[in-house]
Amino acid sequence: MEILTRLFRRRRSSKEMAKERLRLILVHDRSGIPPELLHRMKNELITVISKHVRIDHRGININLEHSDGLTRLVADIPIIGARHGTSERPGGTRSR
Amino acid sequence: MPGTVITITSGKGGVGKTTVTANLAVALALQGQHVTAIDTDIGLRNLDVVMGLEDHIIYDIVDVVRGHCHLSQALIRDKRLSGLQLLPASQTHDKSAVTPQEVAIISQELAANNDFVLIDSPAGIEMGFQNAVAGADEVVIVTTPEMSAVRSADRIIGLIEAAGKGPGRLIINRINPGLVRRGDMLNTFDVIEFLAIDLLGVIPEDEAVVVATNQGRPQAFEQSRPISRAFHNIAHRLLGEDIPFLPIFEEPPETILTRLQRFFRLGQGGPR
Repeated sequence: MEILTRLFRRRRSSKEMAKERLRLILVHDRSGIPPELLHRMKNELITVISKHVRIDHRGININLEHSDGLTRLVADIPIIGARHGTSERPGGTRSR
Repeated sequence: MPGTVITITSGKGGVGKTTVTANLAVALALQGQHVTAIDTDIGLRNLDVVMGLEDHIIYDIVDVVRGHCHLSQALIRDKRLSGLQLLPASQTHDKSAVTPQEVAIISQELAANNDFVLIDSPAGIEMGFQNAVAGADEVVIVTTPEMSAVRSADRIIGLIEAAGKGPGRLIINRINPGLVRRGDMLNTFDVIEFLAIDLLGVIPEDEAVVVATNQGRPQAFEQSRPISRAFHNIAHRLLGEDIPFLPIFEEPPETILTRLQRFFRLGQGGPR
């Protein structure tokens, strides 16, 4: 039990918070991409995707990541289902 | 053979550049090296104060650049320690009073008669930083284990590499072992993982620095305290010796738990 609480406490240490925040900050700093550009790209991505499918806006996670000397834009956009009626082929997936 | 010109810089202010410069100058001179420390923080000079030499200033680096005096006239000899001298900054001008080329020429001239020329850089990434790194053979970056300082260090490392002076070596200043053990401060490994450059030294936080500055007698003059040993170890590393890092700053002994944590952390992978 004590082991569990110790593990729990260590996980929430302010150092771990600092590392998590710093990791994100440095990825942004190193990418040289200004925040407003990233913001615009996010919005445009979401607009394009939601033109075709219904997405869960609360679950969206679009961010820069840095590994192996490469900066990546990683997008996690949960899809709820097809967008009925606005598809180019109406009713295409309806029978399901 | 000319001596080595080392610029001590940080990006962020207040991380201890000047204290580190003063102490490394003293530690190297105690090893019998000829050392000249240059303060390039024009308008905000302080290295003279930390070294306890402020009463002896007649000329400064701007006077040298403008031809008001010879370089040798502006140098202040430290009477406590042979082989140690200071070229002070001007307190009345600003960073534009000298150019990077002028600082480079002065440091090359000094390197001809010294084993080490240590340049104390001003904070920031503008003109003053350019002045300080232009003549450097090597750059030492000082940071503390705080987010803001590490972030600035990351930026400055990028600029040093862009200036062709990279990669530089890192000094982590003001590590507080108690906070590290409690999990409330980044440790040496964390900082190195973020910045991905070689470590030159780790310096513990110590109130004695305040007293030493009050007295104008850098801590490196004493040998006993851990902080003094940290400075002397760095001096030895600058001399090319392979000195192990002080054990007090290592992680607490590894348990099954920490081993597991490390295993999972490795799996995630960090930036660079």
